[in-house]
Amino acid sequence: MNKIFNIIIAGVGGQGLVTLTQILAEAALIEGYDVKTSELHGLSQRGGSVETHIRFGKKAYTPLIDYGKADFILGLEIQEGLRMISFANKRTIFVINDNYFSYFNGLKKEEVYKRTKSLLKKRLYLIPASDVCKKELTNEVVSGIYLLGYCAFKKLIPLKSESILEAIRKVVPEKYLELNIKAFNLAKENG
Amino acid sequence: MKQILLGNEAIVQGALEADVNFVSTYPGTPSSEIGNIFSKIAKDNGVYFEFSTNEKVALEAAIGASFSGLKSLVAMKNFGLNVCSDSLLPLCYTGTKAPMVIIVGDDPSCWSSAQSEENSRAFAYLAHIPILEPADSQEAKDFTKLAFEISERFNLPVIVRTTTRVAHQRMPVAINQQPCLAGRQAKLNTKHPKGEFIKNPHQFVTLPPRVLEMKQELLEKIEKLRELVEKSPANEASGSPTPTKLGIITSGVSYLHVMESLEELNLKLPVLKLGFFYPLPERKIKNFIRNPKEVLIVEELEGYLEKEITTLSKDMNPKLKIFGKNLLSPIGELTSTKVSFAISKILGKKYQLPKIEQVLPKRFPNPCLGCPHLVTFSVLKKLKSKDVIFGGDIGCYMMAGVPQYDVQDYLFSMGSSIGIGHGISKITKQKVVALIGDSTFFHAGIPALINTVFNKSNPLIIVLDNRTTAMTGHQTNPGIGKTGMGEETTELKPEEIAKACGVKNIKVIDPININEYENTIKEFLQKSDVSLIVARRICALLAKRQQK
Repeated sequence: MNKIFNIIIAGVGGQGLVTLTQILAEAALIEGYDVKTSELHGLSQRGGSVETHIRFGKKAYTPLIDYGKADFILGLEIQEGLRMISFANKRTIFVINDNYFSYFNGLKKEEVYKRTKSLLKKRLYLIPASDVCKKELTNEVVSGIYLLGYCAFKKLIPLKSESILEAIRKVVPEKYLELNIKAFNLAKENG
Repeated sequence: MKQILLGNEAIVQGALEADVNFVSTYPGTPSSEIGNIFSKIAKDNGVYFEFSTNEKVALEAAIGASFSGLKSLVAMKNFGLNVCSDSLLPLCYTGTKAPMVIIVGDDPSCWSSAQSEENSRAFAYLAHIPILEPADSQEAKDFTKLAFEISERFNLPVIVRTTTRVAHQRMPVAINQQPCLAGRQAKLNTKHPKGEFIKNPHQFVTLPPRVLEMKQELLEKIEKLRELVEKSPANEASGSPTPTKLGIITSGVSYLHVMESLEELNLKLPVLKLGFFYPLPERKIKNFIRNPKEVLIVEELEGYLEKEITTLSKDMNPKLKIFGKNLLSPIGELTSTKVSFAISKILGKKYQLPKIEQVLPKRFPNPCLGCPHLVTFSVLKKLKSKDVIFGGDIGCYMMAGVPQYDVQDYLFSMGSSIGIGHGISKITKQKVVALIGDSTFFHAGIPALINTVFNKSNPLIIVLDNRTTAMTGHQTNPGIGKTGMGEETTELKPEEIAKACGVKNIKVIDPININEYENTIKEFLQKSDVSLIVARRICALLAKRQQK
């Protein structure tokens, strides 16, 4: 891969974005890429919109992805995924969790889905990660990992599933490891 | 060996590799992780660590350690530097004894900062303190070590100034020892390091007329340091060796944006990256600006480098055209697109800035599920009128100002809800409700509280005691009964402090008892002297974490 691959993860504070960012960074390093990431802490994490940036390839200078330059957008919530549209271009793939968190002054659910589908069209993969994880693992927290698994097995991101699994083993604390690996592999079975 | 490290983790690693043995901090984004990590690893590494009451005390603690022979590190966000500046300036005069490095985190774009978009580099001019600016995690580690070396050699404190995009950047970092997060090989002496204060009033007492001699010594040290800075690889020119029309001078994370932009535009231009902000390598800069006809200065926030370089160009290359803040705004952080726009403009090329689409209404930050502040906000919302003024302060509860609650009529700096509230209640007939968190109360609320009693005003102060410093990641504080190293200590109670300060109307309430809470607020608002409620309930996130 000569070009830099640009991933944005978007969600709401508390959805585990930083862990997913760490996992992708480790996986990129495992595959021998240069990698840079950027994230936000503090006030910006509290229940509001959060996004992290991951860039990997031969040489990654800035940690920030500019508008129009994302190759791949992972949305842990539908509105936050759609919100990243300014970072996208015609080729950008959106993998978005089919999950809606309402908020003050926000749009109604039906309107959000309508808008998302009409704006993203064929670029959109809407995946019921939260529902699947709740049903199969009784735990919604790992829906981000499930989505990572989905992207890896469908080859939507240029990282091998083995590298991501190795990264998960490195980043996730021992007591949650089994659950996370299950969530990751579940995407393969369901895919 | 390479390990992916967050900028702040890299700073910790650098400090450990430099054999730091005293670390103090007050948490503040984007520097908080430094303290959080030391809080976990200090003991095993033979390091003394503390969360201090505020940044001034944190710096003073480190000064004491330095004067007693220990290598120290102090970490804070930009506003912390304002708080500690009263002791920072004399420290530069006396100089350090053992080396000291101060980490300061600026936050261009104010991602996690109320109050101002402060550019802490200005302190170099005020204090004559050397400042280094790393661009990435690798440099965050390397410059921390370099800062310790400079401090050791020149007996000066040294600032390593990061920004959000450096402190919260991850990249593979070459490390010399076992990674700090996995735990460094414990040293033989895992007890608190011990030093000794050897009396030397000649160095440590800043009384005039000696203080003016000290200033002379300080200026001489900086002159000597200039020689080292001229030769340092931290200031590095790269790019096209053949003279081109346009050159670029940059520093910090802006360097990364410049390199990205040059790749995007497929240009090879000479780039001078400055690792030192103060003192500047003036000869190196003069040499760099000798040939080009034009130079672009790429720096975030105010154009301090641009001013310096404009002055230097007057002897060296008076015809040099200097671009900087006329193309790159002093407001908000930079990106490679912004840099590409500036370069293209100078070269007379077209560059389309991307369109930003707002397809959804903004999602404001919101208190977490079960957050005790939610009760406070909803109770206060019922009291909204033009005669009740709501004072905000620094912490999670500044979310009182988001549209869904809108109970925040002013917001400034740590402790100011009480200080400003005093002024309002002193000269108006309006009522003031001043909110302040437990950690903020200890940090800077107490002097303002004393002022309300001393100068006889009557705000209602609500101490939102959620048993932690929540916003910055649940650090301990003087109200918790545990130190930053997990040792038992005296648990200070805001209500007892208020009593000792002469406040007569005091009540401690669990905010979920909403009727009692509401009635007490109404009752206290009628008082002719100051009153204080401690609304005590643990942060919901922390409670959840403790159950695990």
